[in-house]
Amino acid sequence: MVHFTAEEKAAVTSLWSKMNVEETGGEALGRLLVVYPWTQRFFDSFGNLSSPSAILGNPKVKAHGKKVLTSFGDAIKNMDNLKTTFAKLSELHCDKLHVDPENFKLLGNVMVIILATHFGKEFTPEVQAAWQKLVSAVAIALAHKYH
Amino acid sequence: MGHFTEEDKATITSLWGKVNVEDAGGETLGRLLVVYPWTQRFFDSFGNLSSASAIMGNPNVKAHGKKVLTSLGDAIKNLDDLKGTFAQLSELHCDKLHVDPENFRLLGNVLVTVLAIHFGKEFTPEVQASWQKMVAGVASALSSRYH
Repeated sequence: MVHFTAEEKAAVTSLWSKMNVEETGGEALGRLLVVYPWTQRFFDSFGNLSSPSAILGNPKVKAHGKKVLTSFGDAIKNMDNLKTTFAKLSELHCDKLHVDPENFKLLGNVMVIILATHFGKEFTPEVQAAWQKLVSAVAIALAHKYH
Repeated sequence: MGHFTEEDKATITSLWGKVNVEDAGGETLGRLLVVYPWTQRFFDSFGNLSSASAIMGNPNVKAHGKKVLTSLGDAIKNLDDLKGTFAQLSELHCDKLHVDPENFRLLGNVLVTVLAIHFGKEFTPEVQASWQKMVAGVASALSSRYH
C-alpha cells in the first residue's frame, strides 16, 4: 500500500479544493481522447468524437469526465486506502468495461498536465511529485482486481 | 517511427521558439529528479540532491538539463529522422550510461508538464497531442540502439 506523507496529502488536497470538478473532468477525459486517440474505442456510444473541438465540446465527454473526477475526489479523501476505495470500480473496469490498465496511467498523466496548465508556477516540483504519486497509486488500485 | 503531420511540426516548432532552453532544461531535469527520485542514481557526481530545493538550485543539474534540452532542440529540426539524430546518444545511454529506457519516457512526460506550466491555456489539447507524440518519438529513438 502506498504511503502518503502529511505534506503530500496537504499538497494534493489544497490544489484539489481549488479545482472545478465539472470543468476539469470534461477537460481531462477530453484531453485523453485527443492526445491518445485509441482511447476513443471505449466511448463508441458518445457520438461525435471526430475532432479535438468535437471531443472537448461533446456533452457526454463532459458528463463522464465529471463522473470520473468525482470518483477521484473520493480517492483524495481516502488516500490511505485506495485499493479498497477502488475495489468495485476495478472489477467493473476489468469484467465489464475491458479497459487495459495502461489507460489509467495515461489518464493520470493527463490530469497532471491539466493541473500544470491551471496552476502554473504554483504546481511546484514537490506538488507535482505528490500528485504523480497519487495518480500512480490510483492507477494501481484500479488495476488491483484485474484477473 | 511516429509520423509528424505539418500541423504537428508547426505546433512543436512554434512553441519551442518561445522556450528558454536554459531555464526549461534545468527545470525539466530537476523535476525528473524530484518527482522520480530513483533517477538520482544516474547523477551521483552532481553534488547536493538532498531536497527539492537543493535539486532545483543545483548548478550541475541546471547545466546538464540545458545540455539535454539543447539536444532535444536538434531533434525538433529533424523530426522526420529522430532515429538518425539520436543514434549516437542511444548507444551512449546504453553502452556507457546504462540508463533504463523507461526513464526517457519519464523525462518526456516531465518536459510536457513543464511546457504546460509555462504556457497554461496556450497548451491546448492539440498542442499537447503534438508534443506527446514528439517526446514519445524521442524516447523511442533513444531506445533504438539498445541491445
